[in-house]
Amino acid sequence: MKNEYNIIIIGGGPAGMAAAIGAKEAGEEDILILERDGVLGGILNQCIHNGFGLHTFNEELTGPEYAERYADKVKAMGIPYELDTMVLDVTALSDGKKAVSVISSKRGAVTLTAKAVILAMGCRERPRGALNIPGFRPQGVYTAGTAQKLVNLEGAKVGKEVVILGSGDIGLIMARRMTLEGAHVAAVAELMPYSSGLKRNIVQCLDDYGIPLLLSHTVVDIKGKEKLEGVYIARVDEKNQPIEGTEEYYPCDTLLLSCGLIPENELSSGAGVSIDPRTNGAYVNESLETNVEGVFSCGNVLHVHDLVDFVSEESTRAGANAARYVREGKAAKGREVSVTVGNGVRYTVPSRISLGALDDMTHIRFRVTGVFKNVSIVIKSGENEILRRKSRILVPSEMLDIILKREKLEGLSEDINVFIEEVQQ
Amino acid sequence: MADVVIIGAGAVGCAAAYELAKYKLSVVVVDKESDVCEGTTKANSAIVHAGFDAEPGTLKARLNVRGSEMMEELSNKLDFAYKRNEAMVLCFDKDISGLEALKEKADKNGVKGVSIISGDEARALEPNLTDEVQAALLAKTSAIVCPFEMTLAFAENAYTNGAEFKLSCAVTGIDKDSGGYIVHTSKGDIKARCVINAAGVYADRIHAMVSGTPLKITPRKGEYMLMDKTAGGYVSRTIFQLPTKMGKGILVTPTVHGNLLAGPTAENIDDKENTSTTKQGLADVKAKGSLSVKNIPFNKVITSFTGLRAVGDRGDFIIEECSDAPLFFDAAGIESPGLTSAPAIGEYLRELIEKRIPLEKKEKIAETRKGITHFAALSEEEQDKLIKETPAYGKIVCRCETVTEGEILDAISRPLGATTLDGVKRRTRAGMGRCQAGFCSPTSMALIAKKLGIRIEDVRKNGVYESEVR
Amino acid sequence: MTKELICINCPMGCALTAEVENGEVISVSGNTCPRGETYAKTELTAPVRVVTTTIISDTGKPVPVKTKAPIPKDKIFEVVSEIKAHTVILPVGMGDTVLENAADTGVDIISARSVSVE
Repeated sequence: MKNEYNIIIIGGGPAGMAAAIGAKEAGEEDILILERDGVLGGILNQCIHNGFGLHTFNEELTGPEYAERYADKVKAMGIPYELDTMVLDVTALSDGKKAVSVISSKRGAVTLTAKAVILAMGCRERPRGALNIPGFRPQGVYTAGTAQKLVNLEGAKVGKEVVILGSGDIGLIMARRMTLEGAHVAAVAELMPYSSGLKRNIVQCLDDYGIPLLLSHTVVDIKGKEKLEGVYIARVDEKNQPIEGTEEYYPCDTLLLSCGLIPENELSSGAGVSIDPRTNGAYVNESLETNVEGVFSCGNVLHVHDLVDFVSEESTRAGANAARYVREGKAAKGREVSVTVGNGVRYTVPSRISLGALDDMTHIRFRVTGVFKNVSIVIKSGENEILRRKSRILVPSEMLDIILKREKLEGLSEDINVFIEEVQQ
Repeated sequence: MADVVIIGAGAVGCAAAYELAKYKLSVVVVDKESDVCEGTTKANSAIVHAGFDAEPGTLKARLNVRGSEMMEELSNKLDFAYKRNEAMVLCFDKDISGLEALKEKADKNGVKGVSIISGDEARALEPNLTDEVQAALLAKTSAIVCPFEMTLAFAENAYTNGAEFKLSCAVTGIDKDSGGYIVHTSKGDIKARCVINAAGVYADRIHAMVSGTPLKITPRKGEYMLMDKTAGGYVSRTIFQLPTKMGKGILVTPTVHGNLLAGPTAENIDDKENTSTTKQGLADVKAKGSLSVKNIPFNKVITSFTGLRAVGDRGDFIIEECSDAPLFFDAAGIESPGLTSAPAIGEYLRELIEKRIPLEKKEKIAETRKGITHFAALSEEEQDKLIKETPAYGKIVCRCETVTEGEILDAISRPLGATTLDGVKRRTRAGMGRCQAGFCSPTSMALIAKKLGIRIEDVRKNGVYESEVR
Repeated sequence: MTKELICINCPMGCALTAEVENGEVISVSGNTCPRGETYAKTELTAPVRVVTTTIISDTGKPVPVKTKAPIPKDKIFEVVSEIKAHTVILPVGMGDTVLENAADTGVDIISARSVSVE
């Protein structure tokens, strides 16, 4: 086993695998994927529902199928990967290389070096503590993803009477999953006046099974000292504060939390990568390169995506760009402009664009701050309007992807602003 | 027949067992929970108090100072986390007579290294203190400790030296008998010459099983918020506020494992099992904590919890032989500074027993105890060596705290090993990090299930397995 | 009669409006692509779903499976309980049939993942 590589990819989920393939297709031969789990595929392995791959494969696949197709490709292309391997630290060295400290049963504890590193660690779920729900801390309170892993990968029975807090996609998917496993899902409570999950999932995971979605509701108390006995759910006001007197008791043995995902950027921060507080992911340029030269970021560790297809697409680009970095070294990036957000836009990826290193196509991905109907997405550089696109409806649960051709961006002199504009009727 | 039955496997019960197991005595520790450290010991501020707070002349004062003196050496011998991080008591009033009174108490209690400093001097040491701080008492001997590890260390060493532990074993009654006592439990009767009542919030109920003298324990609820390790350096000392009648007020402190902790509230309650947090309580922690330290990163809270203090009715620890029950010793009302005092209480209980029964030291005892190897704390070379010897240390189970499969296997297979998720967490920190067991619990559950020979869904977070109640 | 429904074919979740007469869908609007029209027609006459779940293997490990084609919506629970009553022998390859003609729907259940004995 060697210790020096051109590209080390941290994470063997959909982002890491696509990045590896992207790098290999761009001509890079010396790649290593490090995966902490015992198989490639990451979180997709526990996402046994379908709905993956429409963009990538033009058909609907389950998570494991999507993962296996990519894993097969990684293997067929002969890209090395190491499983059950945990990266503990990434450090940028003075010679421009990166030191990657890993441990595994096979290698022991060792420090590898790479010319470029691709961060593809994915995200984790927001735990109960971060939600500050008062009450006891009994058995039976799980994040939706933990329950998903227990049910789908360990074959465990998680509960019989279920309440779900948060209508993120994993919560919705688990409402259906628990129902099919014989549990009764009493309700899905959502703090916001809209669901953070996809509409299709509300239809096929809740409506199909008659599971009520309680918008503007939250769990205000948890009962049961050792084992969960029930929860109180209350309506909330415009400021998301529970309204007294609206509490209703739901007896249950299981409470699932689906209250948001947080990119896992502890390694990134340790490597000196600046983190955007809006996404909890790295600030990157159009090449998906972070502020640390030769360190790239893609997939859910960069920003939480709605569709794995977009993760794959983005990560393939990150891989190709890392390969180019290894080949050409520090690129002449030319003039750099910032991508700023205006009305209705929460964040953009990238947050800056180097005009001297543009690809034929540049993606700008973002999410909106609320529900917008009959509006236009507008992108301007100073007074120069680069794009205006009408949209019937925009929702925060959907990640928007705008693709700009090189000629639209070349020669810009002012920062780029992305915003939502009401359409004049 | 056991020489000593200790009721309660918390810090006090285990410290007493640690002390008594050095002697030629048969010692049995019983607890209604499935693990040691399941009551008041598992949720508190984890502070080794210097001893400036207790009324001079009380047991609290004496045992606090003694416990504080013993702690560092014990932490080395028994391998538990301890750090002398100093403490400050903040005064927000221009009138600093409250601090002067504390300083006087400290002197009377024999606490060394205590001085009064100005608000600016305090801010120079702790830049995140608020501008409202007028002056502070600085206590150099104050420290932080891991209460779980400390209690486990006492228990494991006592076990090695011959003490027996009966867990998931609730005391249902005690009868006086010609030779001493018959302790009735959910797992059968135990004959005992001596009984130590270290039952925490239940000490009054145990006491009433043998004695007619009054003893009332009031559970006092304390709510806490624990913040991520990235907030751990926000203060480096334990920051108290001048004590009020309801206790020491809200403190803000780093923990020995590098998190930031704020709390506790203080509310007297009736329910001895009520460890729920409340909206009001958590709001109080935020509001009062913010008096001391500005901009506490409450957005980095990873969990909140409630602990109960077992408050006695005499304003002091109640550690004595019962006047109407010979050789029945209460160790009751062990509220703060109970954790600090625990080793001294163990020693004191041994002295009380020694006055009544001649004790003889065992010829050979294990003086030290080796804890679970904390992989994350090792150097890369040490980690490499460990993995080469035992490959399970090369598999990370808990990503947030870098806990390996090797550590979890050790935690569930060592004597008095963990049988629940919380047990694994307290021994290894797996699940104690920022994702709060989201990623690692299925793996930890699978490892426990395999060890216990049960189905994964039957692995408990805490509490007693039904199969164990016979 | 006018019916409103959300297309579940892709994440866009188009809001569809369908005109139904005598149990027949005569027009669909609001769809962005032709799949929306097909969806509305099926959904309002004979709704179908692809069902995914796990089947237990002889080693005790669960294997993810799905219906090879959509099945009638009212057959979902029947199909799942039939899958749960069966055991698959490892190894199994992705796409392998693990159960034929589930609950008489004419649709096979296939493995969604290759699982080795190990």
